Amino acid sequence: MPDFTPPIFTPVNLITGFLGSGKTTLLQRLLADPALGDTAVLINEFGEVGLDHHLLGRIDETMVLLPSGCLCCTIRGELASAIKDLHSKRERGEVPAFRRLVVESSGLADPFPILSTVQADLVLRHHFRLGSVVTTVDAVNGLSRPESIKQVAVADRLVLTKTDLAPERRTELERLLRRLNPDAPLWYAAEQTIGAADLFDDAVRSPLRALPATAEGSHGSVQAFALAFEGALDWTMFGVWLTMLLNRHGARVLRVKGILNVAGSATPVAVHGVQHLVHPPVHMAAWPDADRRSRLVFIVDGLDRTAIERSLRAFLSGAPQGLAAVA
Amino acid sequence: MCALCGVLDGGGDWTDAAARPGVFTRNTDSLQRRRERINRVACAQRVLGFYGLALSDWQASSFVLSTLTGKTEIVDNLTHLWSAAEKLTGRPCDPLDPQLIERLEAGGA
Repeated sequence: MPDFTPPIFTPVNLITGFLGSGKTTLLQRLLADPALGDTAVLINEFGEVGLDHHLLGRIDETMVLLPSGCLCCTIRGELASAIKDLHSKRERGEVPAFRRLVVESSGLADPFPILSTVQADLVLRHHFRLGSVVTTVDAVNGLSRPESIKQVAVADRLVLTKTDLAPERRTELERLLRRLNPDAPLWYAAEQTIGAADLFDDAVRSPLRALPATAEGSHGSVQAFALAFEGALDWTMFGVWLTMLLNRHGARVLRVKGILNVAGSATPVAVHGVQHLVHPPVHMAAWPDADRRSRLVFIVDGLDRTAIERSLRAFLSGAPQGLAAVA
Repeated sequence: MCALCGVLDGGGDWTDAAARPGVFTRNTDSLQRRRERINRVACAQRVLGFYGLALSDWQASSFVLSTLTGKTEIVDNLTHLWSAAEKLTGRPCDPLDPQLIERLEAGGA
């Protein structure tokens, strides 16, 4: 039997980032943190021969390598099976009881299917929950590929790497990352000491930080913007609207994140979605600041901000509990 | 799954999140759940009317979505609702459709 009780829902953290952006190096640093001593690691590598796990300097029974290809498109079933296998072994006491699982995806992976696997699988969703998503971006190569734009958009934490190799690109990249994902805290791997708590802090899933109400930015067809609504809104009508939006445009809603002033609730509700996937809404214990407006941050690809705002206001305007006042 | 009718329990949808600490849901007790289902039918109907569709509660476990000509689909939750609506009507149900927005702004659908 395991000598301790694992958490009811084991957090699953994803480390993503384009090829060569420093994911494994970051993971190696993080695993040296005693706080991650009871962490299982699952590595997906693109290519026939997996190397990254050797670089980590730790090969044990709670480290699983999925070397058969890109996690996003070929082996989602394999990912689910690997996590279930780890879970079964933990229950039987065959592996050290881990309290966290870190998945390092291949550089080409679209993060959405990985996140979706954890939440959609009937077994996994009763034992695991999604933790923060960490995206590495290297200053040398920047965001030249569509995959890397999507990886930045879904991030809860951004880590800029190799700024020592290309210091001249730092300011430009910072600006770009802020435009694409205005809310995610930005860390610098070459200059800062980064600990597990900085990147895997669970507070990120229940955003206690205030969301910006005025964020704006774009890069190509990808646009980030924030909407703010005065007054309490009708939760049910909001659900009708968001499910309808994601059904039709989910692939282009790279990220939606918000703090809502819900009619009938004294404290705010946090919503958090990546494409078609929406996490269970978090009932926050308190407002993060004095602002009582509902605030929603969208990162969209090719959708019109004005249409989204007008649509949401139109839906809420006729709801039973409506929108007490419109900003 | 219901043993009598074979309807699958979708479960896991964010609009029907299971009650647990820290999660916002109206799934905490039967009265609240029932009230939410009634409210949900009313809210969705405001939009579905635009497409000539009607929604009703079914056994407090699923919803029945019907066209004017009687074609029906059983849906588990709001997330399933829209793909079923598109299947029944054969047209996209787009919340960004200016005509739908104008109808809602005018107070009807």
